[in-house]
Parts: sequence; structure tokens; C-alpha cells
Amino acid sequence: MSLSETIASTKPARATAASNHLGLLRSELTTLFRRLRTLAILTCLAGVPVLLAVAVKVFSAPSGPNDGPPFLYQVASNGLFVALTGLVVTLPLFLPLAVGVVAGDSIAGEASQGTLRYLLVVPTGRIRLLLVKLATVLIFCLVAAFVVALAGMAIGAVLFPLGPVTLLSGDTIGAGEAFARGLLVAGYLGLSLAGLAAVGVFISTLTDVPIAAMAATVTLAIISQIVDSIPQLHAVHPWLLSHYWLAFGDLLREPIYTPLIARGLALQLGYVVVFGLLAWARFSSRDILS
Amino acid sequence: MTPGVTDAVVTRGLTKRFRGGQVAVADLDLNVPQGSVFGFLGPNGSGKTTTIRMLLGLVSPTAGAVTLLGEPMPRSAAAALPRVGALIEGPACYPFLSGAVNLARLDAADRTADPATRHNRVNEALERVGLLAARGKRYKAYSLGMRQRLGLAAALLRPRELLVLDEPTNGLDPQGTREIRSLVRAVADEGSTVFLSSHLLAEVEQVCTHAAVLSHGKLVAVGTVESLRTAAAGHLVVRTPDVGLAVTTLRGLGIPDVSADGDQVTAAADSVPPEVACAALVADGVRVQALAVQRPSLEEAFVALTGEGFDVTE
Repeated sequence: MSLSETIASTKPARATAASNHLGLLRSELTTLFRRLRTLAILTCLAGVPVLLAVAVKVFSAPSGPNDGPPFLYQVASNGLFVALTGLVVTLPLFLPLAVGVVAGDSIAGEASQGTLRYLLVVPTGRIRLLLVKLATVLIFCLVAAFVVALAGMAIGAVLFPLGPVTLLSGDTIGAGEAFARGLLVAGYLGLSLAGLAAVGVFISTLTDVPIAAMAATVTLAIISQIVDSIPQLHAVHPWLLSHYWLAFGDLLREPIYTPLIARGLALQLGYVVVFGLLAWARFSSRDILS
Repeated sequence: MTPGVTDAVVTRGLTKRFRGGQVAVADLDLNVPQGSVFGFLGPNGSGKTTTIRMLLGLVSPTAGAVTLLGEPMPRSAAAALPRVGALIEGPACYPFLSGAVNLARLDAADRTADPATRHNRVNEALERVGLLAARGKRYKAYSLGMRQRLGLAAALLRPRELLVLDEPTNGLDPQGTREIRSLVRAVADEGSTVFLSSHLLAEVEQVCTHAAVLSHGKLVAVGTVESLRTAAAGHLVVRTPDVGLAVTTLRGLGIPDVSADGDQVTAAADSVPPEVACAALVADGVRVQALAVQRPSLEEAFVALTGEGFDVTE
């Protein structure tokens, strides 16, 4: 068999192309989640609701709604609230930080490590690599939010009674449905980080220094929240990454109030498209010198 | 192989000017014949790596064109690059993953590679570079030599028509260097073309059939290794106790650059055949103890072409 025949015979049929894209995504995900840093971030995120629950259990329960973060005063009577409290506490900084680290590292980390040049000469295809990176960071956003929610529910179930939950609308739902609502909130918050993830991936294509991309991404998340808190700047509020984050409360009404949730998700989609395109424009023409 | 294409790599007018205005590669015309082991020589900073990055589509040329295995780059990268294995500026892998997992990741990135044969191909590539025993060890625990071998294994994951190796023996011990050399020969014997960049001239002299010399981004010489070596001037060396007499005789024959040092007289070769010089010396009563024509090594040829010292020219 000649060399070219051997090469031709190792070429799989077109039909496996889709499975090969999935193969790259799987490889990307296992690489991310095998990394000690990723596991440390997720462990810290899971530790937040555990800390809250233990603090309430060991010391006294809060005396009222204004004592501590939202939902905390309900934790002692119903363990399911640990998850919500955990999400509210990690939302302003911890979750954006986790997303910023993973998104900022996505391209810049490969560049600084030198693995980017090898991935590209495989050839991975620049657009394909970018899409897989983006998908991986989006999956990480969801994983991060679910880790907080599930850790909160688990520790809540261990330390406190579970029972029917009174919603913000005044209706009462059973523990099973409340669990489902908790997961829905985690899902919404995970998707609400998608815009930040796309911004992070774009910044990551601009530099070979991953830490710079991470810091810039987290900074933008903080700036967004600061601007959102200044009433005089209300004209830009609907366009801010973080503006609809707290709309998750609408998922705790009966029936679910959808307009703000839908607007929040549409805004995130817009960010993903715009910054995804910017990242593509930058990455597809960039000289890889690292 | 694509019929009618005889050169594995062709560049025409290849130029790269970086944003600062610095010209890394200037108007490079290169033909790498198929099946050759092509040495790409040049001092550090001469533009070798930038050229290699342009060949592989990592850097876009400011001007000029690259054809890789008959495919225009970077437009047809998807068609050309799966047939190319490359080691560029040293190996780079994920430090927290094992050697085998690192190779599997690169293979998973190749959409034309068959996942069903991945495990076997990874093991074969590791075996070929002598790393099979360390397949489960994390990359960060690998020595420099092992890392270099893993990079080579990645280039050998599939049968390749062209191997591009940028300084493949960097960081290797003498045994490792020899192994790489025999690996390059084996790959070439299978019919692949090898494009080998190096500043180790002995290396190139031993394995390469062809070579090109780059200096300050420009091609200063290209051809078979043999022709490069003979292109540089040789020396006629005569050992004799009658040094003064020998100098007079050789000058009398019109040979340039005659000089004496101890019992040795050196002159430029090639202007007069050595047997004529020898006969003339003996006829003049010079007691010739030894007479030889010394061909310069590739290193001397290289220095002659690229300049000696450490001068950095802008």
C-alpha cells in the first residue's frame, strides 16, 4: 500500500463529521473539568451554600427578612431556600469571577501555553475551535450555577426540614415543585452568564496573557453592576449584561411572570451573537506567534 | 500524492512584514522536492520560524503565495494540513494531562481522523518515539527530551506526506539526537518529505539531501547539500619541511592565497588541479610529506554565507 493510499484509507466517511465535532467538544470539556483549577473553583462555589447553611444551623436563624441576604431568614424553616440564598450571594461576584476565569483562559490560555499553534495545524479550523470554546464556556456557566443550586439543596436537605414553599405571589407549592423551580432559577442564571462568557472569549482572542483577559472580563461584570445601580444612567440599563440577573425572582411566581425573563435571555443571546462575531473577526485573521 | 505535483512545498515571493515595519521574510522563493529531506538553515532570527508559520497557515503573508502538497495555503488548509505533521518551536502540551491524553486530544481535534483507531494510533506513535512506558505520566513530569519526543509523536499520529520539524533535536541528549536522526531517515524512506529547520549543521549534513540557507529573511543559498558544500572554496594543504620553497613554487603556479604556518602551506584549491601542483612541487625539490584538498564542512559554508559573529543587523 502506498503512502497516499494509507492516508486515504485513514480518512473516515463524511457521515462521521458530526460525531467528530462532538468529539472535539467532549475533549474540550474533559480537558476543562480535569483541570485542578476548574475543580477548585467549583468546590469553592459549592462551599458558599454549605457555609450559609452551617452558619444558620450553628448560630441562630435570622430574625427577619432584612437580616442578611434575601431568602436567608427562610432557610431554617425550609432547606430548599439554601439554594436560592447561595445563588443570590454568588451572583454579583463569585459566579462572574468563575466565568471570567474560564472564558478569559479559553483562547489566551492555549496561546500562552503554545497548544494553540498545535491545535490549529492539526488542523482544527479557527471557526470550529472558536465555536467549541464558546460552547464549552457556556456549558461551564450552567454547570457553575447548578453546582451552587444542587449543593445548596443537598446541604439544606441534610440540615433543615423540607416542605411546601410559599411563592412570591403568595401561592404555596409542594417540595417537589419547589425543587424544580430552584433548578429553573439555576438554569436562568447560568444562561444569564452567557453574555459575559462571550465577552470573555472575545477578550481572550485579543491577548496571549490569560490573566489579563480574566481580569478584564470580571472588571466588565463589575462595571455593569455599578452602572446598573446608578439611577441617572437608566437609559443604558436595559443593555447591561447584569440588568436582568435579578429577574429570576419572576420564576418564583404562580404563574411564572415571563416578560423580564424573556428580555433577559434575549439580551444574553444578543451579547453572544455580537461578541461571538467580534471574536471570529479577530481570531480568524490573527497571526499566531505564540 | 496529487499527480503532476513534484514539489511538496512551493513558495513564491513570500514576504512577511510585521506591524512594527520589521521585515522577517523577504521575497522567498522556495521549492522543496517531494521525497527530499530538506534542511532549512539559518542563524537565530533569520526568519526560519516565521517562514514555517506561514507554510502552516499560522501567520498570513504580507505578500506572496504558499503551496503545500499542491494546495494553496491558507485557503486549503483543511485539505493540506491533515497530511502534514509538524513540530513548531518546541513541543507544547497540557501539563496536567498525560502524554497519551494529550495526543488523543490533538487527534480528536482532527476531523478527518478516525476515532475508532485513535487508541492504537496513539500507542503506535508513542512506541515509535520510545514513550510507550510513560504514556500515563503527566506531561509536567516529562523531561525536556521526553516532551520533544511527545511533540514528534503528535506529528506521527497519522501517516504524513510531509513532516515539518523546527529544531527537532533541541534539548535532546546525544542518544536522543541519534534516535531522531534515524526516525527522520525512516520517515523519509517511507516516502515522506521532511522539512527540517535547524542551526545544527552537522545534523543537517548527516540527514538532509537538500538545504536552503536563510539570512536576514532572504534566501542566500539553496541546492543539494553536496552542491552547497562544494560551492564554498576548498583548500590545498601541503605538509613539508621545505616551507619557503613550497610557497615560492605554489605562487609560481599562479595559485592565490598561499600562506605558511609551521610545516604546513595552505593555498586556494581549484585554480590548479592538485596533481599538477604536486608534480610541480616535487620537480622543484620540495619534500612533500602530505598533500590534500580539504573541502569545507557545511558549517564553514554556512558561516561564509551568513556571516560570522554575533552582530544583530536591523
